[in-house]
Amino acid sequence: MIQFIIRRILIAIPTLLVISFIIFAILDLAPNDPTGNLPMTVPAEVREKIRESLGLGQPMHVRFGKWLVQFFVNEPLNILHDGFGITIGDAENRTRILSWATRSPVVDLIIQRTPQTLWVVGLSYLFGILIAIPIGIISAYKQYSWFDQVGTFVTMVGFSVPTFFTGMLAIILFSVQLKWFPMIYDTTLEVNSWDNFVLQVKQMFMPVAVLALYNASQLSRFMRASILDNLNLDYVRTARSKGRSEQVVLLIHVLRNSLIPVVTLIALGIPTIFSGAIITEQIFRVNGLGQLLIIGIESADIPLVQTLTFLFAVLIVLFNLIADVIYGILDPRIRYD
Amino acid sequence: MTENSTPAETVESVTQHRSLWGDVWRQFRKHKGAMTGVIVFIFITLMVSIGPLIHDIEPSAINFSERNLGPTLAHPLGTDNIGHDTLAQILAGGQVSLAVGFLAMLIALFLGTFVGVLAGFFKSLDGPLMRLTDLFLALPILPLLLVIILLFRDTLRRLYGPEAGIFLLIVFIIGITSWMHTARIVRGDVLGIKEREFVIAAHSIGTKKRRIIFRHILPNILSPIMVSATLGIANAIITESALSFLGLGFPPDFPTWGRLLYDGANFIQITPSRAIWPGLFIALTVLSVNYIGDGLRDALDPRLRGR
Repeated sequence: MIQFIIRRILIAIPTLLVISFIIFAILDLAPNDPTGNLPMTVPAEVREKIRESLGLGQPMHVRFGKWLVQFFVNEPLNILHDGFGITIGDAENRTRILSWATRSPVVDLIIQRTPQTLWVVGLSYLFGILIAIPIGIISAYKQYSWFDQVGTFVTMVGFSVPTFFTGMLAIILFSVQLKWFPMIYDTTLEVNSWDNFVLQVKQMFMPVAVLALYNASQLSRFMRASILDNLNLDYVRTARSKGRSEQVVLLIHVLRNSLIPVVTLIALGIPTIFSGAIITEQIFRVNGLGQLLIIGIESADIPLVQTLTFLFAVLIVLFNLIADVIYGILDPRIRYD
Repeated sequence: MTENSTPAETVESVTQHRSLWGDVWRQFRKHKGAMTGVIVFIFITLMVSIGPLIHDIEPSAINFSERNLGPTLAHPLGTDNIGHDTLAQILAGGQVSLAVGFLAMLIALFLGTFVGVLAGFFKSLDGPLMRLTDLFLALPILPLLLVIILLFRDTLRRLYGPEAGIFLLIVFIIGITSWMHTARIVRGDVLGIKEREFVIAAHSIGTKKRRIIFRHILPNILSPIMVSATLGIANAIITESALSFLGLGFPPDFPTWGRLLYDGANFIQITPSRAIWPGLFIALTVLSVNYIGDGLRDALDPRLRGR
């Protein structure tokens, strides 16, 4: 098992390096000038100096190396220093990835924005899973029943209709017409009393519900297919002929085996919902990571965009790794490839 | 008795001659969702392509005296805040959205099939090409698309004009970032078919590799390719409208469904229909295409056919 994990990690490292280079190169080769938005009256020498101060003077491979060191060494050490009080090396003079727009370290911006995204995305994923698994089980067990027919149709709709449209419909219905929930996420709200807590729940309801429905429809389709695959296998007949009750057969024998691919899919889906949250955060004006990325893109803040995009890539590779390991643990046949 | 029944049987077997595609079509017709999907999809395509001839208001015509109207005879879906006709805009936007969907799907399909066939057929290329596929799968697609559009938008606008430039850019980047699933499926199928007797027979009579691929392998992997084509259209339409929705797709004066939804979003308190109609069309198109894909998958799966 350990060997299997090590092998997977060894594959992940070069992948990450290549991806970081691709992201760096795309942003670097692009015909884009950070001084392009300055007034025309700024003379050429001053522009050159500004570019130098932003670290653009050196050749590309040097900057790529520096960025890698900042991302993989300096910033993690800095988080250790600030967050846990563990100081390794020279904490004061470490170079950090600075945002061009705000001149503050990119990682600080990201840390500010992460909780909102985690709350909205995390809760919606959790609810999505909780809705999807029972629907998938019942749909598959009672295949072609009315529940299955309705369920398949609803999940098909849920998975075809993009979140920016369901979100918009939810706003029109629940905020504009019924006035149940606020239209815009109030980012300054602090939860310090019961009333504020209710407000917080209210403003989180729509983004979480929209994302949860989307996730649930994808997962429940997969869950249904996975259970259907297992229901006709020999071990199910064996369990039934031993005289176990239908409940035990379904919820213990079948469910455990069908959950193997579903758990992997859940792990694989976590990074994609982060990028899906970009859209949801934009609809409901949640100030999370997705909105930070859009702001960075609009203000051409290259270091911020580079770091965030790469962070998304790290998440994808990491959860691929986790999914592989989970699959290896749950299904021992996978380990020997 | 026997003399009588034999001619009847031959007649029956002649009239009931069944081809592979006939079987597929028969199975496909049984899938109610898929048939509804086909009808809806054809209806939307016809509406978008012929509609502007019937409803001939210029989509970009501005008329300040008819702002924020509800549905009227002249403007069946009303007008927006500067007097654009919403129906005309939706028809024009639909042309662009569907064109993006088709073209991006074709690029993705071509790339995916190309990579998949090469990887499946030539053992030496398998490793590197599959590593490349894994690499592309690990890229954060949406953020990267946003970044690429932002950075290359102006250059392409200068080269090909404001509309053609962004159109080419969007089609191209959606195409080259969504071929990976097709490649994986195609590779798997090619690996299986490569070892079948008819391919080995073709090898042994000295058929050239290229001819084996085109004559014996490609026709046999047509079904997974067709299924990924439908999924590809749906994916491309959603991606395009998501990009436009984030304000980084097509320019404001160039309507697409995503763009119209994005513009309508700011007016949902005054004219909610401006956001509902384009969204409804995106949803209907994607839903119908997904149902067609579902039906195709069932119809092309020989294990399910004839049930």
